[in-house]
Amino acid sequence: MSNENFKPKILVFSTDKISDPGIDQAGLRKIHYSPSVYVISLPCSSGIKPRWIMRAFEKGFDGVFIAADGHECSYSPKCAEHTNNIILESQTLMKANNISPKRIRMAAICSVCAEPFSGHMDNFSRILFELGDINTEKIKYSKTNNEIKDEPKG
Amino acid sequence: MKERIGVYICHCGGNISDYVDVEELGKMFHAEDNVIISKDVMFACADSNQKAMVNDISENHLDAIVVASCSPKLHLHTFKNVASRAGLNPTNYVQVNIREQCSWPHSDKPREATVKAAGLIRAGINRVSHSESLDNIEIQVKRAVLVVGAGVAGMKAAIDLARLGNEVYLVEKDYFVGGRIAQADKLFMSGQKGKDIVAKLYAELKSYKNITLFTGATVEKVSGSLGNFHVDIKIKPRYIHVKADPTTVKKAMDECSIMVDDAFSFALTKRKAIYKNYAEALPDVPVVDIEALKNDTEFLSKYASSFDLTQQDEVLSLYAGSVLVTTGFDSYQPKDGEYGYKTVPNVLTLPEFNSLMELNPEQLVYNNKAIKKIAFIYCVGNRQTKGENKYCSRQCCTSAIYSSIQLKEKYKNITAFHLFRDIRTYGKQEILYEKSSKQGDIYIRWDEKEPPIVEQDGKSINIKVKDHLTSKKELEVEADMVVLVTGMVAREDSQQISEKFKIPIGNDKFFNEIHPKLKPVETVIKGVYIGGSCQGPKNISESVQSSLSAAAKINALLKGGTVSLDPVVARVNNDVCTWCGKCAEVCEYTAIRSIASGDKQIAQVNEAICTGCGICAPVCLVNAIEIAQYTDSEIESMIDGFMQKIEIRDKSSESEEVETTEVLMMKEFPQLWKNILESIDKSKKSIPQLAEELATDKEIITYHLMTMNKYSVVMADGMDEKEAYYYYKRKN
Repeated sequence: MSNENFKPKILVFSTDKISDPGIDQAGLRKIHYSPSVYVISLPCSSGIKPRWIMRAFEKGFDGVFIAADGHECSYSPKCAEHTNNIILESQTLMKANNISPKRIRMAAICSVCAEPFSGHMDNFSRILFELGDINTEKIKYSKTNNEIKDEPKG
Repeated sequence: MKERIGVYICHCGGNISDYVDVEELGKMFHAEDNVIISKDVMFACADSNQKAMVNDISENHLDAIVVASCSPKLHLHTFKNVASRAGLNPTNYVQVNIREQCSWPHSDKPREATVKAAGLIRAGINRVSHSESLDNIEIQVKRAVLVVGAGVAGMKAAIDLARLGNEVYLVEKDYFVGGRIAQADKLFMSGQKGKDIVAKLYAELKSYKNITLFTGATVEKVSGSLGNFHVDIKIKPRYIHVKADPTTVKKAMDECSIMVDDAFSFALTKRKAIYKNYAEALPDVPVVDIEALKNDTEFLSKYASSFDLTQQDEVLSLYAGSVLVTTGFDSYQPKDGEYGYKTVPNVLTLPEFNSLMELNPEQLVYNNKAIKKIAFIYCVGNRQTKGENKYCSRQCCTSAIYSSIQLKEKYKNITAFHLFRDIRTYGKQEILYEKSSKQGDIYIRWDEKEPPIVEQDGKSINIKVKDHLTSKKELEVEADMVVLVTGMVAREDSQQISEKFKIPIGNDKFFNEIHPKLKPVETVIKGVYIGGSCQGPKNISESVQSSLSAAAKINALLKGGTVSLDPVVARVNNDVCTWCGKCAEVCEYTAIRSIASGDKQIAQVNEAICTGCGICAPVCLVNAIEIAQYTDSEIESMIDGFMQKIEIRDKSSESEEVETTEVLMMKEFPQLWKNILESIDKSKKSIPQLAEELATDKEIITYHLMTMNKYSVVMADGMDEKEAYYYYKRKN
């Protein structure tokens, strides 16, 4: 359990045409979520490089959230599959760096998904709060690496 | 690296500055090494500020700019144009969203919003400092358009494109033009006949010399890209001799005795083996059904001069700068047994029923039975919670109601039952619903969980339905005919069309536009547009609107002879690439191929085809491929920027006169606030009293008092004698 003042920092990768407008909608409708959420918008979630995700953890982000287009992606019908592969590859790198794979999540966010986005942020913040600060997590995870059995499969 | 950066932070009236201390941020970034100008501005998008930015860029030799304001969806192009006007490359501009993604969602936490805004702006500065000056990709384009599908949407678009001066190739799979509306009789709302509209459009088509119509033609192969698509089409033969005498051909048609099921009328009638879809079908050249006629050697030899049985499929190559796909839809075909379809006599689909009405001008008869009682069952094959077609086709409600109105106008003593889930006669179509209700049609509402049960009952049909408008009471409806109001589904051949043009398909199997609101007729394939009901259920009016919208877009694209494309495309580091082929494997658009480079193979990107999606980048094992403007250095520097330590000046220590809270620390009070506080500290005051005492306009006092109230600086303390104004005092 984290100390009470801990506010998890989340890096969100969104997509220019679908999920970023959804995140804008949350703002437009004054739906609140944590101010520790920062967004980088890309053309497609299939273009996220695992090294960017690792950079985020290295710099102190406590979690990475991929706001994907899911089946609405206008680039590829296999977008969800490609993005999932990126997450799996990232989780392998995360494990090698003593970072819990639970610190990365993906959900489909559409261009009007204001409430779902805010809900995901609240939920993910709670999970990250339980996991604690990324830096202390690295040490803790290092000790218990072999004991963790409930890792997400992607 | 850019070293002379201009940063502009927008108040957006108060939309941003009410929650984010933009003045403090302006000062903070002024201290950065590579930031030459850092300003907070009331409205960044205002003409006056745009002019000031142009001057700043020129006078200070800025090499990059950052504007922190609203969402890039609103003003990205505004500020790119500012950069261009000042002689700066637009790719050296970054917009930071501190409104929709900062001040508004974090309006409850102004201090944290300011900290976040600082991180966002820092990331923007980092990103722009790594930005490259990229030129747009210039493509030569051929002013010719391939329109696939000669239904109403395709024909209208072809006419508009030709009128605007484009060469148009109109390709139709069927032997005759018109698509679905040629099958329809009267159409809502105008009451015009579909066949009349087809005839009118065809006459207009033929008046343009720059339209070439190909019927019986299918797209076989597509290559090339925006500006120069190379499309092979296959044209099926009609087996009518090119020099045949039309009178003799007509005589042969009249004499032909071989009859087959007529697919055009949903097999409700038979057609001859030499046929047109209907008497006035266009082009006015019949087709020989060679399979049906091949054994009638006597007939064939009698009219040998009219037929040419040696005709073969012909393949033609067309070159077009752009493509418009208007291939339309299919009607949902119920499964055997679905509401008694094919298992109970006299159960038809709505298109079949409309065709039956057209074929029976005097009396409605089917299977030798006079039809008097008709039950329409709505939402068949659409809005399936558990099925494949979850969407609503929305035009079928109106279509069914219009058919019901036609029924009563055309035939006597008709009773119509409408078994519906919801009625969606939106817009002006509601008038038809009202008309149908007034003419005595009976509406019964059912729920998806308890659909009507259709059973044969002697010579009639019995329908059991729970009426949700009368406490779910089970009703039994006796009918002579059941009409299944079927919705639209994607065409059977949409997958093949999608594969040829690489148009993405949605879950509903219709073609996907880039964005339903912002780019409704564009696809991610540059130069390929979609119109009409191939992208989703639409009525005729909406189909034509979308195809004409696509035609206008295409004309704007091609008319200059060249197209300037955004430089956001993949690029390969030739030194690092060792060609493993993984990038080409995942590319949906075949934009990547292998080429020889020295003694090795490397990947090469076709910039005209590349959509800049970036799917190729993460799969590269040696990190040899990246997307311009989304490079590692740009993205990673943004991540660094978010997390860089930020110190917001604590203004509370600088002010002795104002009692501050955490919220108040973020605001630098104007002098007026101090004067108001001094005054109300002496005694509580109303707005008119403050206005008089401070010699300030009442409206200005009101605005500031409201803001002070919002930030918990002041609070109301009773009303004046006339109960017209509140008194205010300082909030402790």
